[in-house]
Amino acid sequence: MSFISYLVNGVSLGGIYALIALGYTMVYGIAKMLNFAHGDVIMVGGFTVFMTMSLGGVSPAVAVLAAIIVCTLLGVTIEKVAYKPLRNATPLAVLITAIGVSYLLQNLALLIFGSNSRTFKSVVPVKAWKVNDTLTISGEAITTIVVSLVIMLALTLFINKTKIGSAMLAVSEDRGAAQLMGINVNRTISITFAIGSALAAVASVLLCSSYPQINAYTGAMPGIKAFTAAVFGGIGSIPGAMVGGILMGIIENLSRAYISSQIADAIVFSVLIIILLIKPTGIMGKKYNEKV
Amino acid sequence: MLKIQDLHVYYGMIHALKGLSFEVNEGEIITLIGANGAGKTTTLHAITGLLRPKSGKIIFDGKDLTKAPAHKIVEMGMAHVPEGRRVFQSLTVLANLKLGAYTKHSKAEVAETLEMVYDRFPRLKERASQIAGTLSGGEQQMLAMGRALMSKPRIILMDEPSMGLSPLLVSEIFDIIKSISAGGATVLLVEQNAKKALSIADRAYVMETGRIVLSGKASELMNDDSVKKAYLGE
Ligand SMILES: Nc1ncnc2c1ncn2[C@@H]1O[C@H](COP(=O)(O)OP(=O)(O)OP(=O)(O)O)[C@@H](O)[C@H]1O
Ligand SMILES: [Mg+2]
Repeated sequence: MSFISYLVNGVSLGGIYALIALGYTMVYGIAKMLNFAHGDVIMVGGFTVFMTMSLGGVSPAVAVLAAIIVCTLLGVTIEKVAYKPLRNATPLAVLITAIGVSYLLQNLALLIFGSNSRTFKSVVPVKAWKVNDTLTISGEAITTIVVSLVIMLALTLFINKTKIGSAMLAVSEDRGAAQLMGINVNRTISITFAIGSALAAVASVLLCSSYPQINAYTGAMPGIKAFTAAVFGGIGSIPGAMVGGILMGIIENLSRAYISSQIADAIVFSVLIIILLIKPTGIMGKKYNEKV
Repeated sequence: MLKIQDLHVYYGMIHALKGLSFEVNEGEIITLIGANGAGKTTTLHAITGLLRPKSGKIIFDGKDLTKAPAHKIVEMGMAHVPEGRRVFQSLTVLANLKLGAYTKHSKAEVAETLEMVYDRFPRLKERASQIAGTLSGGEQQMLAMGRALMSKPRIILMDEPSMGLSPLLVSEIFDIIKSISAGGATVLLVEQNAKKALSIADRAYVMETGRIVLSGKASELMNDDSVKKAYLGE
């Protein structure tokens, strides 16, 4: 039964990675940049929940809503202030700027909250599910799996069924041709950052509820892993980020359980390297070439 | 209807358009011919805002478009079928066509226009749910034209629609251009296939290294010795 428990927790962790990976992959696909600061938006989301609940005394639901609002505004602002002026700059300049934004957010958090980890109180109201004598699934795991699956489904519908979604797909494929259709590229990029950051806020709440600690670097490691998951799935591909994130969580958790918790991360990255050697575009990367 | 005045466009240090001027009147088919690298694509990109000219003016319906952002152009009634088609490869034919009507808000209007486009291109109707990247070159060209027509343009700019197509398909594409024109739209056609282009155009401009070097009635240019030698291979 322990296998099932490891698997379930792996899917749960993977759901969090997937939500974060979606932000990376959408921004990469549409704005053609690597938003290195995306992981730190998670940290800001976590601190927003922590502060509003512990100091503001608000209910968990209000705190989560506050985190979504704060992260969305933060993501859109970062894009406007730091990345938009570099729209035609070299990718390297944009990457360095993104790394700078990441450090800025981490250092601001250090300045405000210090370097000690704070204990995060889980906001999940769901009770653990005792399946039988040997298998119990935590409320956090159940919530994370359900919430991430619902969000992924909703996002898929949004992208494929709405006009804004079609604009996002068009911009990600050919910015110039999209403009000729009358699509406002700057607005589409803003919307993408807003969605990605809102997903990061949800991920932050789930992450901090499952692993109840928070400090200035909380977002860094999940950020890197989720980025890896996005590459793993095929960067730019939305279903790829979902599949990549969940697989990543499963591989990480099973490695931790059955091989070694010390080298679990190394195993995850080795799997990634092997996959990329076999299929350089990632598991769900673009299949066909452009026809001229 | 469309007036280009003394347009200068640079790519960094490269001076691609050197004081270009020409005019397109309502209802005409105008063709812009010229050798590789003459600046034809650059001209169309400058008109629809994909490139910013350094100086000069682009006037459409009396309005100055020179500084208008690219995404505002289509709403004004101008569509651009870009060089190399540039259909959205990973999307279906139908999704591509719907993107062509992105600025239209009435569902009924979009449905009606879609029927018109399907009438003109029955092949697109058959292939509505096919992924655009898997269409043949000719089908992709039809999709690019159909997509442009979805915005119900009053003027349509086409950049080498016959490129890479078999002679039979080239004739078909030119017939379609004639019928688009007969349907009331003004056409600005950029072509390598000068013979075909001159045969359907009212007037023509000949471009060389960023300038117009010759212009006149298409029927006259067709018999012009220098044009014959340089562009008609006679
Ligand atoms: N992105 C670019 N960067 C630098 N130079 C460019 C760029 N695009 C075009 N040019 C240059 O500008 C000039 C005009 O190019 P343009 O594409 O407008 O020619 P064209 O007439 O459309 O040619 P073709 O018939 O081959 O399509 C060429 O000398 C070309 O090398
Ligand atoms: Mg060209």
